Amino acid sequence: MITIRDLTKNFGKLEVLKGVSCSITAGEVVVVIGPSGSGKSTFLRCINQLEKANSGEIIINGTDIMDKKTNINEVRQDVGMVFQLFNLFPHKTVLENIALAPIKVKGISVKDAEALGRQLLKRVGLEDKAEVYPEKLSGGQRQRVAIARALAMKPKIMLFDEPTSALDPEMVGEVLEVMKDLAKEGMTMVVVTHEMGFAREVGDRVLFMDGGHIVETAKPLDIFNNPQHERTKAFLNKIL
Amino acid sequence: MDFRIDVVMRYLPLLMQGLRITIQLSVIAVGVGTVIGLFISLMRLSKIAPLRWIARGYVDFIRGTPLMAQIFLIHFGVPPLLGLSAFNPMLSGTIALSLNSGAYVAEIFRGAIQSIEKGQMEAARSLGMTHSQSMKYIIIPQAFKRAIPPLGNEFIAILKDSSLVSVISLQDLMMSGRMMQARSFRPFETWLAVSIFYLIMTMSLSQFVSYLERRYSKSDNN
Repeated sequence: MITIRDLTKNFGKLEVLKGVSCSITAGEVVVVIGPSGSGKSTFLRCINQLEKANSGEIIINGTDIMDKKTNINEVRQDVGMVFQLFNLFPHKTVLENIALAPIKVKGISVKDAEALGRQLLKRVGLEDKAEVYPEKLSGGQRQRVAIARALAMKPKIMLFDEPTSALDPEMVGEVLEVMKDLAKEGMTMVVVTHEMGFAREVGDRVLFMDGGHIVETAKPLDIFNNPQHERTKAFLNKIL
Repeated sequence: MDFRIDVVMRYLPLLMQGLRITIQLSVIAVGVGTVIGLFISLMRLSKIAPLRWIARGYVDFIRGTPLMAQIFLIHFGVPPLLGLSAFNPMLSGTIALSLNSGAYVAEIFRGAIQSIEKGQMEAARSLGMTHSQSMKYIIIPQAFKRAIPPLGNEFIAILKDSSLVSVISLQDLMMSGRMMQARSFRPFETWLAVSIFYLIMTMSLSQFVSYLERRYSKSDNN
């Protein structure tokens, strides 16, 4: 579903990605872990071109998304993204946040978009918050709305960029629950996170990144119980 | 000291005439200036370099030269270029003030647009919206709200600066004041009355701006 070859990315003189390759199959949940500054968020953001990679190849469902002829807006409709800081639209209600893109991008009617919005809010357990502005919500609720907003475009792939890192500890669980449900339904997911419990329980595969490389990739149990590389061991020792 | 309220009352109709012109001029200048300002601010933030240069040149010229020179330039300088004998003062005054407020409003909008968190644009783009859709539905509405207080200040400034059009003999409130002084020989009454008229307008405007601020703060930023 996603094939990435030799991806490199520099910010000025700083090399953040130094040739990253991997492929992700449909329905797979890939968890990306690694120390901060290892390039994992940049890697994720390259997948929907929020960052433009300097070289390499990204093929999503047969489309080379780095090709200049590719309409990136169409690709992004299939690739939902959830951000660390939610990035809800503060001037719109919860329901408007969710319904906006389906209306403006896909051209569906306001009525259908709102019905879809309510259905998604129910799915994330917030059907009573439809008319509320984001500022009235807790962090966990905001992130669940952000997930519903991304799902409203009916994406085939969901990217999560540290979705629980900005949350108070007691709210992490509610967001992870929603993500688990999504994984169970067969969504293809790439999740950058520090939640090792989630990686272990939900991940099909874990990528360990360090210094702009994918150092090790394995099934969660293998990587946690029997890491092959020194750097993986050192990292896991520090956090577990 | 004797204050002749009867003098003020006698010339009230004259002052009201001028007041009407001042209000007309300011409202049009603010309206047109806001539209110009929005376009110029978008040009200044554009990826296309020549658009940025034009916008930059316009803003620098307006902000770097006196409004009175701009008024003269448009009233006396431009018509001969177009092969016309003259603009009527109302037209020149309106054009000059609109162009002037456009430049200041552009800078206000540019600041407001740049103050919106990067994540807002990223979230909009990640949903498949184009750059212009993201600007239109996400960035500009939020920027507009943040721009309300400085826009209010700019509108108050325009209202006061509109008094400069009296130099091209447009009969605004300031010009009416000069006529009243010349006829009544009562400068204190004249300029006090004129000042109070301006004050009433600027104070109502700042009241209105704080009302708008309150109204739009209900969906405030998270």
